[in-house]
Amino acid sequence: MAKSNEIKYLTAIKQEKTKKKFCRFKKYGIRYIDYKDVEFLKKFINEQGKLLPRRLTGNSLKYQRKVSDAVKKARQMALLPYVTDLFK
Amino acid sequence: MNNLYFAVLGEIATFAPLILFFNKNKFRVMNNYELMVILTPVLSEDEFKAAQKKYTDFLTENGGTVTHSNPWGLKSLAYPIQKKTTALYWVLEYSASSDFNEKLKIQFLRDDQVLRHMITSLDKYAVEYNAKKRSGVPTGNEKAAEA
Repeated sequence: MAKSNEIKYLTAIKQEKTKKKFCRFKKYGIRYIDYKDVEFLKKFINEQGKLLPRRLTGNSLKYQRKVSDAVKKARQMALLPYVTDLFK
Repeated sequence: MNNLYFAVLGEIATFAPLILFFNKNKFRVMNNYELMVILTPVLSEDEFKAAQKKYTDFLTENGGTVTHSNPWGLKSLAYPIQKKTTALYWVLEYSASSDFNEKLKIQFLRDDQVLRHMITSLDKYAVEYNAKKRSGVPTGNEKAAEA
């Protein structure tokens, strides 16, 4: 007979429940994303200076579009780099 | 029937110049814009101010009004533009009619002190945000930064 600690499960046991993501712009009622505010925009780009996907940031589509517009404007005006390494 | 048609046509003809006159002067819609200019770092303090004055004067000549002018001064660029790693930044908020921007663009393209420029049209939320930021009132974006 198998001992209790040797029992293997067919389906993985549920781990801790992950926190549900939310759109921070909707939650805090932000209507405008400033392209001049570089420190704020840095939250939405990775170390290479690429935009983070919605699946990681939790932004709603409406605001993800505004974030991407703001980041692209900041890149044009040389406030953010187009490509880098070890950014942040 | 025909008589009525001509009467209406005549009426339009007499009022047409008047309508045009009003369109040109009274009903000119002013929009809010924000301008960001990157100027060469070789300019002296006075030259930088002169360049700002030149464009604000050009704005007021064309019936626009300055909401706020904010010279950022010398800043390092995220990547080199025309082999320069630093540049002078200038941000101007203004309201003008929509045909003004095309005129302004031509001026910038002719000016070799200007490395780059961008005009953004501001919606009502953007105007509100900028006004709050100017007066130092929290804009609400700080909360989201923590999250």
